[in-house]
Amino acid sequence: MLNFLLAFIPRAVVQGIPLLYGCTGEIITEKSGNLNLGIPGVMYVGAISGVIGAFFYERSFADTAAMNPALAILIPLLCCLLGSLLMGLLYSFLTVTLRANQNVVGLAMTTFGVGFGNFFGGSLIKLVDSDVPSIALTATSAFFSKKLPFAGSLGAIGDLFLSYGFMAYLSVAIALIASYVLNHTRTGLHLRAVGEDPYTADAVGISVSRYKYAATCIGCMIAGLGGLYYVMDYATGVWSNNAFGDRGWLAIALVIFTVWRPKLSIFASFLFGGLYILYLYIPTGMDHMELQELYKMIPYVVTLLVLVVTSIRSKKEDQPPASLGKAYFREER
Amino acid sequence: MNKRTREPLFHIVKRDTHSLKRIIGVRALAILLALVLCGIVTMVTTGLDPISVFESIFTGAFGSKRKIWITLQNTAILLLISVALTPAFRMRFWNVGGEGQILMGGLAAAACMICLADKLPNGLVMICMVAGSLAAGALWGFIPAFFKSKWNTNETLSTLMMNYIATQLVAFFTIVWEVPKGSGKIGIINQDSNIGWLPELFGSKYVLAILVALLVTAFMYVYLNYFKQGYEISVVGESDKTARYVGIKVEKVIVRTMLLSGALCGLVGLLLVGSINHTVTTTIAGGQGFTGVLVAWMCKFDPLTMVFASLLIIFMNRGAGEISTNFGLNHSYADIITGIILFFLIGCEFFINYRIQFRKKAAEEGK
Amino acid sequence: MKAENAAVSIRGVSKAFGSVRANHKVDLDIYRGEILALLGENGSGKTTLMNMLSGIYFPDEGQIFINGVERVIRSPRDAHALGIGMVHQHFKLVDVLSAAENISLGLHERLNIREATERINEICEKYGFDVDPRQKVYDMSVSQKQTVEIVKVLYRGADILILDEPTAVLTPQETEKLFDVLRRMKKDGKAIVIITHKMHEVEEISDRVAVLRAGEYIGSVDTRDMDVEQMTSMMVGHSVSLNIKREDPVGVRPRIEVKGLTVRNDEGVLKLRDVSFTANTGEILGVAGISGCGQKELLEAIAGLQPVESGEVNYIRDDGSREPLLGKDPLSISEMGVSMSFVPEDRLGMGLVANMDIADNMMLRTCRKGKGPFTDRKPSKKLAKEVVKKLDIVTPGITTPVRRLSGGNVQKVLVGREIASDPKVLLTAYAVRGLDINSSYTIYNLINEQKERGVAVIFVGEDLDVLLELSDRIMVLCGGRVSGILDARTADKNHIGRLMTTAGGREGHE
Repeated sequence: MLNFLLAFIPRAVVQGIPLLYGCTGEIITEKSGNLNLGIPGVMYVGAISGVIGAFFYERSFADTAAMNPALAILIPLLCCLLGSLLMGLLYSFLTVTLRANQNVVGLAMTTFGVGFGNFFGGSLIKLVDSDVPSIALTATSAFFSKKLPFAGSLGAIGDLFLSYGFMAYLSVAIALIASYVLNHTRTGLHLRAVGEDPYTADAVGISVSRYKYAATCIGCMIAGLGGLYYVMDYATGVWSNNAFGDRGWLAIALVIFTVWRPKLSIFASFLFGGLYILYLYIPTGMDHMELQELYKMIPYVVTLLVLVVTSIRSKKEDQPPASLGKAYFREER
Repeated sequence: MNKRTREPLFHIVKRDTHSLKRIIGVRALAILLALVLCGIVTMVTTGLDPISVFESIFTGAFGSKRKIWITLQNTAILLLISVALTPAFRMRFWNVGGEGQILMGGLAAAACMICLADKLPNGLVMICMVAGSLAAGALWGFIPAFFKSKWNTNETLSTLMMNYIATQLVAFFTIVWEVPKGSGKIGIINQDSNIGWLPELFGSKYVLAILVALLVTAFMYVYLNYFKQGYEISVVGESDKTARYVGIKVEKVIVRTMLLSGALCGLVGLLLVGSINHTVTTTIAGGQGFTGVLVAWMCKFDPLTMVFASLLIIFMNRGAGEISTNFGLNHSYADIITGIILFFLIGCEFFINYRIQFRKKAAEEGK
Repeated sequence: MKAENAAVSIRGVSKAFGSVRANHKVDLDIYRGEILALLGENGSGKTTLMNMLSGIYFPDEGQIFINGVERVIRSPRDAHALGIGMVHQHFKLVDVLSAAENISLGLHERLNIREATERINEICEKYGFDVDPRQKVYDMSVSQKQTVEIVKVLYRGADILILDEPTAVLTPQETEKLFDVLRRMKKDGKAIVIITHKMHEVEEISDRVAVLRAGEYIGSVDTRDMDVEQMTSMMVGHSVSLNIKREDPVGVRPRIEVKGLTVRNDEGVLKLRDVSFTANTGEILGVAGISGCGQKELLEAIAGLQPVESGEVNYIRDDGSREPLLGKDPLSISEMGVSMSFVPEDRLGMGLVANMDIADNMMLRTCRKGKGPFTDRKPSKKLAKEVVKKLDIVTPGITTPVRRLSGGNVQKVLVGREIASDPKVLLTAYAVRGLDINSSYTIYNLINEQKERGVAVIFVGEDLDVLLELSDRIMVLCGGRVSGILDARTADKNHIGRLMTTAGGREGHE
């Protein structure tokens, strides 16, 4: 049993990291009153932007050993941030400046973002003329997934806590920082006020649009990193179309599960990461491979149950930001 | 002595009235701009000159008799989905579970075709298919509606999760029914006997879906605008407090409306499996459950406008498909084009609802 | 052009919303050490004008001088910087935050709640406020929330204070306390503007009165040079009589009998405890109480909208037979042949559908009548036309969405529809809240008409003067308990005020 857990937990954690990025990003966005259903699209765009950056950097070297480690990490990272930032700006422009319906914009962004990812992914695959429908950026990935040097020598503790690439620790750090900023700083207080009651926030001189833009863009950039982590670390640098799947939607659902608390989202993400791969560990026997498909349902069924349970016991502190999903217009009468 | 501070350059005012001319004008302009942008994007990616870009798009959608039929059929399916989602949205119930409801309808139809083929005559199989897919879609609509009415569970996320549960169910049965074993596909069902293949009307396999879509659209228009139930849906959508106050049972209306919405999505599944594809896969709905949401919303939940919107989306989609095939682009190209059009159409609503007022200078001078 | 020593001078300010002219070339001066009452009917543009001072709206044209210097107020932040603070009618507080967090919202210094708490306590001491900085806003009573609002304005050093209908939700005792604070601030040299509809308060607190009518500035007069009648005629442009006629009730018989009614709200808080009373035909039963003391729950329980923990509500037919109403929804109550009308507090959120037109709103009550699946819009159109004509509703037509009508006209649509069904029982909650004098009197007259028809009227009100003049009996609620039922013709206002805060002789809030 212990051995099983030792093998299972690190795999659950790496599954959970993209969810954690997405969830933290969406929490920050939602705290400003913006419900961004475009997160799945943003994560695709973030991932493919990073892949494009890494692809051209890696291709500029005949011998990948000559790559500069700092640049090999920075280029994809910055490309990813830029791509997700643009998506954030698009969402904010449409919902905040043009006051379009948030759900509709979000859904359109997801359609667009997934299409964008697959289109450029597909185009890159064509460029390399490979036999398999994927691109492998093994050299870049090696930099991303580099483990801490002493991880191997510490046995079980090393496996559980130290065996991940730097972006895993980054995700936890971002969640902790987000939690601190939201609860203990003026910026956080103002952001919460904007999400709860923009008319009040505006009346005391907080710039509602600025906070909404900033929170959405930062949220999108964080979520985009989740896509980058997935390709560069988890998938060892292999991009194939649609591989990222529906993790973006799960990240959004996780926000409700964590009742808008970034600290909780750390554990929740790892838990859901575990549920996501649980089907691999439930024995089916060779004759009943179809059962695996049923077990893959687990995270969705659990999410659905969680949604129902949280809605049954509705506590004042556990409610979504009161203005979530509503456009703000100062002169509304 | 007056220290003058700069007045804001402009501010935004909500419009009181919406003239039809304005609405059409703004939308037409938005579509035009979207087309221009799509054209530019296409020019950049393919090196075509603008005229041939639009020629290709047009050829893709209407280039041959067969292409026209397929465009119309796809339009019919998207229209049907949008119309199916509309009653839920009029009620402000965010049914983004169209995908799942379609899949379940398709799955039920396929199940009848596979399991009943050698037990019942063709006519009875078809009746079972119709009943089965309507019921399966309705069930998938009922579950989130029940949670919503009972505990106010967030329906956007619950319907979304129902999509994935449906996807996995289809994946499960795909393996159970796979032909041949190990292929991971069901393949064309009843290829030889054609049992459960819905009839071709007027000698064309495309007509059935188009006809059903038009009938359902007309029905929905009447239902929403002239039925008591349609009126109740509008009241619940505007304010459930008002609905309760006048004695409308909100829970009942939510459940009833979602049963209808889900059943109609199930009907789409039936058409996709029984009339168009004759097989079921996890991607049979192809994201149209989401596109349908956008179409319904952009048309302000008016079924008649949806005819044009779905035609526009499918037209661009087919055109982009043509370009991507001709130039060896990835098929997701169509998604990008659709996305651009959607963004423009969503954004242009602002210019229908609001007016930008620029600063007046005259009054301030000379003080 | 501008007055020399004025704290604020408004010159030629105009503002329009779409085709509605809210303010037109308004001139107004506000001085330090003075309380100015801004008067005007509803829709006369008082709140809009003040919102332009506090940066919520931006004027279409005109100038604003602060301390003699022309300023442009683009946002609330600009207003704060100029020392202008406004307490809005609908409180601008974030529910899930504490008092201290709300008060320090929007400031720039590092977040330090402890320091903020100290400063809040200082301000409270200076002016005599009672605020717990750690209390969450959703736990506060209305008057506590208002106090937080005022402290919030003072905390950021405002010396020009605007209060929009501050007493609408307060008891007479709370109002007195507020007025003491305002007088102290006036002595402190602050400029204070108060918007109110209550004439006796204008006389009591203000030094000067400025009047707006239909968006235009009519003039300003020292309060001591005017009486209520003069002020009112200045507001409406012609003189109106201020007396509500009250006939003696005829044919009084019990109609609604409430026994031991106990209600808990969704959060499990007791809202009504053991409430018993009888409402009679041909009589107006006034219900007084601080807002949130169970009035809403009481009416909704009778109307079949509120689940009840225990107790009885009976409808007594003309032949004396009793019909229990509890456990029935509005539909089954009307199917029993009990004709009950209810004018709820939340007009556009509950009584009417804001986005539907007048005719479709008339259909709300009748849409289920008749057989067949189709709606019949003819009767509701006819009714809409009748109501519009009979109640002088100002509207472009019956196909205008109600949200586009002014507050008074909205209420007329609602009351018109409710009365149209020839009710036996009429429940009204805050029927004239936010309405100007003219519209208020239209509503009083309609209610009196119903009383004379033999309807049992339950009238929940907030203005004690009105309750005393309109009702036949007054029931006082305090903390969900009945603290007294009095004859309105003999009752004393201060006595009622005391009953509103003391349940059955004991402290109300436990």
